[in-house]
Amino acid sequence: MANTISSVPFAGTKEQEKELLEVVKKHKGQQGALMPIMQEAQGIYGYLPIEVQKIIARELEVSLEEVYGVATFYSQFSLNPKGQYKISVCLGTACYVKGSGDVYDKLQETLKIKGGECTPDGKFSLEACRCIGACGLAPVLTVNDDVYGRLIVDDVPGILAKYMD
Amino acid sequence: MEMVNLKINGMPISVPQGTTILEAARQVGIEIPTLCYLREINEIGACRICTVEVKGMRNLVAACVYPVAEGMEVLTNSKRVFAARKMNLELILSTHERKCLSCVRSGNCELQKLCKDFRVYDETIYDGENEPRDYDDSAAHLVRDNGKCVLCRRCVAACAQWQHVSVIGPNGRGFKTHIGVSFDQNLADVACVSCGQCIVVCPTCALSEKDNTKDVWRALNDPTKHVIVQTAPSIRATLGEAFGMHIGTNVEGKMVAALRRLGFDGVYDTDFAADMTIVEEAHELMERIQNGGKLPLITSCSPGWVKFCEHYYPDFIENLSSCKSPQQMFGALAKTWYAEKMGIDPKDIFVVGVMPCTAKKFETKRDYESASGYPDVDVAITTRELARMIDRAGMYLPKLPDEEFDAPLGTSTGAGVIFGATGGVMEAALRTAAEWITGESTDAVPDFKEVRGTAGIKEATYKVGGLEVKVAVASGLSNAKILLDFIRSGEKSYHFVEIMGCPGGCINGGGQPVQPAAVRNFIDLKARRAAALYANDEQKTLRKSHENPVVKQVYAEYLGEFGSHKAHEILHTKYVKREQF
Repeated sequence: MANTISSVPFAGTKEQEKELLEVVKKHKGQQGALMPIMQEAQGIYGYLPIEVQKIIARELEVSLEEVYGVATFYSQFSLNPKGQYKISVCLGTACYVKGSGDVYDKLQETLKIKGGECTPDGKFSLEACRCIGACGLAPVLTVNDDVYGRLIVDDVPGILAKYMD
Repeated sequence: MEMVNLKINGMPISVPQGTTILEAARQVGIEIPTLCYLREINEIGACRICTVEVKGMRNLVAACVYPVAEGMEVLTNSKRVFAARKMNLELILSTHERKCLSCVRSGNCELQKLCKDFRVYDETIYDGENEPRDYDDSAAHLVRDNGKCVLCRRCVAACAQWQHVSVIGPNGRGFKTHIGVSFDQNLADVACVSCGQCIVVCPTCALSEKDNTKDVWRALNDPTKHVIVQTAPSIRATLGEAFGMHIGTNVEGKMVAALRRLGFDGVYDTDFAADMTIVEEAHELMERIQNGGKLPLITSCSPGWVKFCEHYYPDFIENLSSCKSPQQMFGALAKTWYAEKMGIDPKDIFVVGVMPCTAKKFETKRDYESASGYPDVDVAITTRELARMIDRAGMYLPKLPDEEFDAPLGTSTGAGVIFGATGGVMEAALRTAAEWITGESTDAVPDFKEVRGTAGIKEATYKVGGLEVKVAVASGLSNAKILLDFIRSGEKSYHFVEIMGCPGGCINGGGQPVQPAAVRNFIDLKARRAAALYANDEQKTLRKSHENPVVKQVYAEYLGEFGSHKAHEILHTKYVKREQF
């Protein structure tokens, strides 16, 4: 299995680390301190890359695997940052029966990332979502606040091209 | 203590409050089958194999975690219980890679035994879609085949609780749950110490030692190689188990016979090198005490412990004895002194170590372990791998005659033998150091009983000459951690500390024959196996390492003084700081 370390270079700042250490200090010693620390860490960095999980493990004197085990148990935690353009493909019932699964596959193939990941240049991140209330336009995807509907697979290159510059 | 009265399969019994159904049933002679349960460290009720019926309760309960109650009526063998256990096994099999015919755990697999006992004749009944499962053979010492994992978490518990390492754990959720390391990296890239305790608790073959037997067969079939073998002290106390013999049977003579019949050109004893280790290490201890060197001196025979120190306690690297482990000392002398004596080019000598240990596989690949310019030891195999070689060669160990080790590298003392049990290295070193410090030699073998036994941490103070020598012994890395934290904080101070990576020392090493949880949970493997070594020591005429005639010969002919420049070049090594994360 390929490892799950994000291919997007870590861009954490000294200020963010200082903030994280404050968070750890606040919770350390409490029972079940790990989860709230991870939640707040994700608030600070936007995601939980290996660099951040190592800081948490070191400060709480637990193993990195313990932190990672929790991070992969809860779907709310992300190992990857959100891209400059966040693509969400609706896989709700209406969109799915109209072929959004194929659109999603095409995006994974074109961007060379899996759902939940971000391209190494930090430009696009891809995720699946459930019903955004635009079933009449099915299948639907959004790029940040832009909504695209009545899609076919061949629309994908054109949509991505708009954000390529 | 408040007692609780209940009935199990109609038999009345009274047990202390808080006892689990599983434990209570044992007291009336009923073994409830288990799969995930490992006493004290993994009592999580996850696998539902120990499921039993309690009258008046709607659902079946997990006997391993369910406490007894007054008036309870338990049925452990009802139709409903059998049907539930069978279905649970069928569900486990639906995600199990059923390559049982050639599996190295075939015949010794807990899942296989349960499926046989519960007549799971259609193992494909619930087959369906499966997640792709990881196969990781990146590390020198083990292979993880998640296709055979039943998610019992026994390995996770051993790694976390016995060893305080925790590099493996459950990742993901639901159907995607799998045992792995952080960020699903390769095991070789994280701070695993290679102890192999995860392997000996695995009920299936999700974890196994990396098999090096093919390398040994290849060498044995190569006419240009002089292939010699050394067996670690503890192998003679455990190898018999792989052939159904009683736990704690000393099979030294039969083991030698088997190795000779496998075709080795010399059948030698790591005990000899253990004696070498003792004289070099006792010399190092005296030198550090006399010259104000770094104390405590900590033993370095256990490569799992050494790697733990490098990853997790690098500030203690200077405390580690620079002596190579007995395995490596043996190889170093085989390819230098012995090579010269026999007139063989060291490049043509192939040294095989039979070890109780998976970390020994890693150790052979360390830097600074090639005194002759070639690796000191070419291949380390575990007790289990040797048993498989003997099996394959068509030999039945219990029926072999007793034979003796070859000369010269097969000559050893009782001090070398007890290396295989926790406290053994300490006791062996004290036997020699006591005579050297006082300058008096006696025929008597002094008692150092305080450092014997299977306790995780042992301490003692011995008056030797004018000196109060303070010593401590720890086995299992969780215990090592406790001891090191005391030393680091200054709360405790010692002259000499023995640390073994595995609980109980090498006799309970990660390369030893696998005993199923049903045995492990209720029999003290460590004590039974260690008893075989101490009995062997008692029978020996020579019981002090410095009295070993071959040790004396090696120094007289080749190395010069203890701790000489040449001894350092050949018998000593270096350590490196490694990353914790």
